[in-house]
Amino acid sequence: MAIHEKSLIRPEDLKVQDKVVLDGVDVSGHWSTFIQSRVVTDYNEALEEEISALPGGEHIHRCWQCGSCTNSCTVNAVNPDFNPRFWIYLVRMGMESELLRDKDIIWQCVSCNKCTYACPRDVMPEGVMKATAHWLELKGHVPKSKSTQFDEEFTAQVVATGKIEEGRIIRNFFARTGQPLLQDWLLEMAKRVVRRLPFKQGLAMGWAALFRPRTRKWAKASAALGEYIHEQEARNRKALNLE
Amino acid sequence: MNKYQRVAYYPGCALEGTGHAYNASTKAVGKALGLELHEVADWNCCGAMEVKNVDPQVQTYLSSRVMAIAVHEMNAKVVMAPCNGCYHNLKKAEYDLANDEASRQVVDRISKKAGHETYRAGTLETIHALDWIKDGIGEQELKRRLKGSLKGLKVANYYGCMYTRPRHIFPEKDRGPGSESTSQPHFMDDLLAAAGAQNVDFPLKTACCGGAHTLSDSDTSTKLVLNILQAAEAAGAEVIATECPTCHSGLEMHQVRAEKVLGRKTKVRMLYFTQLLGVALGVGPRKLGVHENVSDGLALLKEKGLA
Repeated sequence: MAIHEKSLIRPEDLKVQDKVVLDGVDVSGHWSTFIQSRVVTDYNEALEEEISALPGGEHIHRCWQCGSCTNSCTVNAVNPDFNPRFWIYLVRMGMESELLRDKDIIWQCVSCNKCTYACPRDVMPEGVMKATAHWLELKGHVPKSKSTQFDEEFTAQVVATGKIEEGRIIRNFFARTGQPLLQDWLLEMAKRVVRRLPFKQGLAMGWAALFRPRTRKWAKASAALGEYIHEQEARNRKALNLE
Repeated sequence: MNKYQRVAYYPGCALEGTGHAYNASTKAVGKALGLELHEVADWNCCGAMEVKNVDPQVQTYLSSRVMAIAVHEMNAKVVMAPCNGCYHNLKKAEYDLANDEASRQVVDRISKKAGHETYRAGTLETIHALDWIKDGIGEQELKRRLKGSLKGLKVANYYGCMYTRPRHIFPEKDRGPGSESTSQPHFMDDLLAAAGAQNVDFPLKTACCGGAHTLSDSDTSTKLVLNILQAAEAAGAEVIATECPTCHSGLEMHQVRAEKVLGRKTKVRMLYFTQLLGVALGVGPRKLGVHENVSDGLALLKEKGLA
């Protein structure tokens, strides 16, 4: 492919001519893919500032567009449209409408930190992805992703009891996102686990599900954390000029 | 006395649940090697991979509380966490508290309200179970204590993301001979080789299993895991050795899912490195929780004459 990041150019912006002859030279085919010129006027000049104000986005201004993040990205290898370098560019340029075209996949960052490892400018792109995903949700461009719902369920349990119980997280998460618990592969896994599990241990797992594991002397920490999270939420909304 | 001989132990939530076998095998290996573990009293969750997405400072506080207890209530100098998530988060908190004034202020404020001492950077060393055995015992001493051997067992060593990334929170790594490498980690390889295993050349040691989205984006996780499993098999591995409960359960879960949803069956088995070391040290597979694994490691060990 002549243009390396072809996926960056939307199909509607490509102009393909089947037969072009210039000065007697046939330049059709591979070389006849031209990019339609266009004019962008709807910049959001506050975009970079808003993303920078959210946790993780603080260092976006350091980016010099080398592309190490996208090169090393785990999700990019699965889906070429997942392109941190490009999104950082769009945010810094204020090209909100372009960014919104990818609004449904930005949350898919798996936090493997390969980008943060590779980045020569300490942009911390993993954090920028999280800040961008939160910005999309706070601004109402997308509903809360499954990932965010999982994070919220998890954090609520930690704040409440100091610990988590995996079974409860999974049950609550599936209920919250409207997914059936009785999926083929989950049942198969449960079957394989139970097959070799001694009775005593199965009992212990049931016990943990009924009586949630808790950290002793946690009440004050729980209250302090609840208060802090509330404060931060208000701060983030204010940074984006939201009610 | 070696400073890793007697350490504070932070098992974390996963090791009380799906990673129960990792907990049991870590303790059993410690016992066999004469390394002492003292569990941190009233520990809490470190924040795992989720809490930082709600607010990063909450994760820093959660991790700092565990370290504060180890320092102020146990007089510990070293805390060992076998879970990559816990290990990473404690390291991250250590880095942030040493380098970021805002983090220090938030942690101090919450700690005071919660009624305990504030953790100060530089007062505790956080290590992984791999450091604990590698630097607390070493390959030579480990060899001396072996009661058997993993001879003939072909192993792919899988370290995942959080043991080496991001590198700035692991200042002790990449320090040349004897230290761990963040690009080509080898501590687990070294220990298992000492126990007789045949380590295969595995290119995906630090690839991501999609653990952070294992349930919220299962399709992506299944693809990532299948890639790891197939690469291990292509390298000739019978076992993927793991050192993180999230990676371990992710690999096992999505191995089943790949089979059920994509019709792609793989045969490689997952075993915690502590289970493998335990076998070589003569600990019974049941004591190491091998029967709790989803992939049938017990059958493989029997087949190889190791159980």
